[in-house]
Parts: sequence; structure tokens; C-alpha cells
Amino acid sequence: MKTRRLRLTKEDLILDFVVYTTLICLVIVTLYPFLNTLAVSFNDALDSSKGGIHLWPRKFTLYNYRSLLTRNQIYNAALISVLRTVLSTLFCTFSTAMVAYTLSRKEFVLRKIISFIYVLTMYIDGGLIPTYFLMRNLGLTNNFWVYVLPGLVTAFNLIVIRTYINGLPESLIESARVDGAGEFTIFVKIVLPLCKPVLATIALFVAVANWNSWFDTFLYNSSNPKLSTLQYELMKVLQSANSMTGSLEQALAQAATGSVNTITPRAIRATMTVIVTVPIAVVYPFLQRYFVHGLTLGGLKE
Amino acid sequence: MKTPVTPRLVEHIPIPERPFWKTLRQQKVLLLMSVPFVIHVIIFKYVPIWGWTLAFQNYWPGKSFFDQVWVGFDNFKWLFRDPIFYQVLRNTLAMSLIQLVFGMVSSIVLALIINEVRLVFFKKAAQTISYLPHFISWVVAANLVRDALSTDGGIVNELLMKLHIIKEPIMFLGIPKLFWWIIGASHVWKEVGWGAIIYLAAIASVDPNLYEAAIIDGAGRLRRIWHITLPSIRPIIVIILIMNMGYLLSSGFEQQYLLQNGRVIDYARVFTIYELDYGIKMMRYSFATAVGIFRSVVSLVLVFGANYIAKRMGQERLL
Repeated sequence: MKTRRLRLTKEDLILDFVVYTTLICLVIVTLYPFLNTLAVSFNDALDSSKGGIHLWPRKFTLYNYRSLLTRNQIYNAALISVLRTVLSTLFCTFSTAMVAYTLSRKEFVLRKIISFIYVLTMYIDGGLIPTYFLMRNLGLTNNFWVYVLPGLVTAFNLIVIRTYINGLPESLIESARVDGAGEFTIFVKIVLPLCKPVLATIALFVAVANWNSWFDTFLYNSSNPKLSTLQYELMKVLQSANSMTGSLEQALAQAATGSVNTITPRAIRATMTVIVTVPIAVVYPFLQRYFVHGLTLGGLKE
Repeated sequence: MKTPVTPRLVEHIPIPERPFWKTLRQQKVLLLMSVPFVIHVIIFKYVPIWGWTLAFQNYWPGKSFFDQVWVGFDNFKWLFRDPIFYQVLRNTLAMSLIQLVFGMVSSIVLALIINEVRLVFFKKAAQTISYLPHFISWVVAANLVRDALSTDGGIVNELLMKLHIIKEPIMFLGIPKLFWWIIGASHVWKEVGWGAIIYLAAIASVDPNLYEAAIIDGAGRLRRIWHITLPSIRPIIVIILIMNMGYLLSSGFEQQYLLQNGRVIDYARVFTIYELDYGIKMMRYSFATAVGIFRSVVSLVLVFGANYIAKRMGQERLL
């Protein structure tokens, strides 16, 4: 490496220039929309509508946040979002690991058939309407549990964890069995602690998917505002950006008349976007390696 | 686009020597740990397949299964006569192909570029930032896209006007012909970094001796990329291409749903939007189920076809 750097050819210089410029452009194009939205969310709404806000607010205000965060609708949606994310992550990770453990036991007689049942679900899809009717028949519409129950154990996560368990030293499990430990004890006391890295990755993916989900709220729980989630609220604001008849905007516009400050749809969208994105943006840099780990875990066994 | 990579789950196991039921009784803890979840997956994944019977009825909610009017394949006949269906098919295929081609090309190029960076800090930072959009929801991404393309202060219009390419702001999201490309571009924006990971991993496993030999032969960096890196990752490129072909009909709808509006709907309508409009909004449940069946069955054929081709090409995959 070092010797090569001493004799840089013209080609090297040009290539380096292209490489670094492209990457800097990519970084700018990736980050600009986020930073712009952040700036708009902290800028006075009427002032923003004049345009020209780029990376820094011109007329700084916290009014946008104050008017959104004090609304019960948003507060409640945030609570539901957090609750569904936490519960789904816990239940999903634990139950997937448990089923994965049973499928890693070579002596388990139902291993093959259960594996098959799960693998098949990766290829077949009942479709929107039959699934919708199923949820309705199960009483899962207008029900919080529709966020947690349907995706409890998924084939992909199952395969990832099972592959990891298969890689653990069999002797540990055997010695515990000799000591008289039952299957469940072995799973909880020995396998679970050893699986921490893979479980962290799966938990992270489940958490992100749940936090980001809006379609299930839209489809099953849209008639019950108490079960709304942050993403769904943001989606409603986005949809009404066309028609400007969204209830939230009307309510906010009404609330704003009489006071000096005003809020615009653009400001609401920007502020909501920041509120929804911040949790992910905050944990992301720290957990990045787990995120990326997940991709290599799942696939590409060469 | 999803990266459909999966290790194998089903393996051959030796036939137990003891009688089946006796063994089963001994393994009751394992049974208790797994069977409840098997029932769960049967309810949530397999029962909807039974719901496919809806497509062969003139379904009316409230009537029992036996009181429904059975219409055979009428719903499918209507489906194939509906001009909207062909529009949906065209839109889905067009947008999937645009996403597939531009998504893959951009990710491969990015992987090659990142691989050429020698400053470790810069490399790490650029990678971390490029993955970030993958983890935000489409709701947020659609908001950002809408803002970037807006006519009042959207950055794209602003830049184009500053460069004197256009005189007046263009309402990009209102132009039907542009919709596919906006979907393609926003897909690339969101997934380019994430998609590059797989190619980076493949590049990392290229034998360094090849590069050494090429250097001795006097090959510059460009020629090393062209003659060593690209041919080395070709199997991975081919496999990802084939696997993605299997997902041509099932690639996302969130993007289209969240960015569409009345003006561009003829170019934005994809299968799930079609099902939502006919099924949930117009309550033509049977017809919408038929749409879903068409999509599922064709997807299944595509996925297995893709798998078959991949296997024929010597890549072991799935099942």
C-alpha cells in the first residue's frame, strides 16, 4: 500500500478525484433532505412558506414542536408506537428463538415437518383481502394485538436464529442434559445467553420494522384513533398535503387563530417527520454494526 | 427491493429407530415449545389461502359459507377483461424493472467506489451514512421526496432554476410520465447503500493474489476493477439479478401509495393499490381476491422459476 502511494499515476489521481467527489455527493444527497426537514421543523411556519430554508432555521422557534407534542392525538400515537415496538420485539425474539431451538434439536421428530411448514410461508401469500377477513374474523380489527400477533414467528428470522444455534458447540447442551436439565431450562439458561449477538440483530430488525409500520394501522385500526401510531399519523398528514383537508391541520389551524403564531401543513409534516425519525437516527450509529451483521447472517452462505 | 437470500432449512434427518409415538411422548417439552407457534403460523399464514375460495363466489359478508353464490371463474374473466388490470400489470412491471436495473447498477457502482477509498475513516463514515435511509420508513421517505420535489422551495426545482435549466418550478409529482422515474430515483436514494453491502462483502473475498499479479503485470486501478473485481463478483450479481426477477410482481407498494395523487394514478396504480381500491373501498371482495390470487400465483411461478434457473447455473439456493 505505502509503496504504491509514493508513485501515484495520473490515472490514480483522476480515479481518486472521481471516487471522493462521488461519495461526497452521495453523502450530501442522502443527508440534505433530513437536515432540511430538521431546519424547517425549527423554523417559524409562516416564514418557511416563503422558501429559502436550507440547512439552518432562519426564524428559530419551538412553536411547531410545542403545538404538536401537546396534542393528545400525537402523544397517544407515540405511546402506541412505543408499546407495539417493545412488545413485538420481546415476544417475537423470544418465541422465534424458542422455535428455532426445537428445530435445532436433531432428535426432534417433528423437526422436518415444522421446518417445511415455516419455509413454505416464504413462498405463499394469501393476499390482502383474505388476510383482512381473517383478522376481522379473529376480532383483531380495532385491536391493539393486531400489531403484535400476526408476525410473531417469521420464517426468515427463524432460519437465521436456527443457523446460529446449529453453530454452537453441542457439548455445552449435552453436558447440561447430563446434569439433568430439561429442554426448556437448557434453552433459557444456556442457549439464549449464547445467542445474544444474533438475538440483538433480530430484535433490532423487528423493532425497526414495527416502528416503521403504518399499513397495519391503516388497514385494521384506522377507525379507532386511540390505536393510531406515529407513522400512521404522519401518513395522514402526508396524504392530506394534497387536499389540505386533514383533520389535524384543521384542528391546528383553529387552535392557531387568535395566537400570534401559525402553523402550516409543511411545518406539521416536517415536525412530525423529525419526531418519527429521531428514535431511529439516535440508535442507528451505535447499533449500526448489528444492523449490517443481520444481512450477512441471513444470507450469502457461499 | 428485498434481498432474497436464505440458507437452507430443511435437511435430511435419520429415521428414528424407536417407535414414533413413544419418541414423541418423550419429547413433549420440545412439542410444547414449538406446536403452539405452528398452530399460530397455520392460522395466520395458511388460513388466508382457504380465503381464496372467495374469488370463486359472489361473496357477500354476513352470509354463511354455504349460502354464498358460487360463480366459478367469473371473477377471473372480469379481471382479464378489465383494462385497469393491464394498466396495473404494466405499471408494476415497469416500476419493478426500473428499480431492479437502477437499484442494482447503482449499488454495484457504489460498492466499487467505496472499495477504492483508502481513508478508513472516510470509508466508514460514507458507508454508515449511505445505509441510513434504508432504516427509515417509506412514510418518512415519501415526505422527504415530496419536499425535495415541491414547487415552493423544493431543492430540486431551486437547483434547476439556479442553473437556468428551467424558468419556472415544475410540479414533478403531478406529471404522469415522470412518476415511474421518481419511484425509481427514490428507491435508489433509499436503498443504494444497503444494496452495496452484499457486493462489498463479495469484493472483500476476492483473492488478493490476483491483484498483486495484475500490479506486477502493470495494470492500473481501472483495469484491475474491470478485469478482476467485476468478473469476481459476477456470480453474486447474476444470482441477485435472478432472485430479484422472482420478485417482479411482489416488490413494494408503499412508495407508490404514498407518493401518488389523482393526477398520476394511471401510472402509479400497482397490485396492492388495485386490491385496496376494489376490495376495501368498493367492497368488491371477490374480485379483489381474484386479483390477489393472480399476483400470488404468478409470483410463486416467478420465484420458483428463478430458483430453478439459479440452481441450473450451479448456485445452490433455498429449499
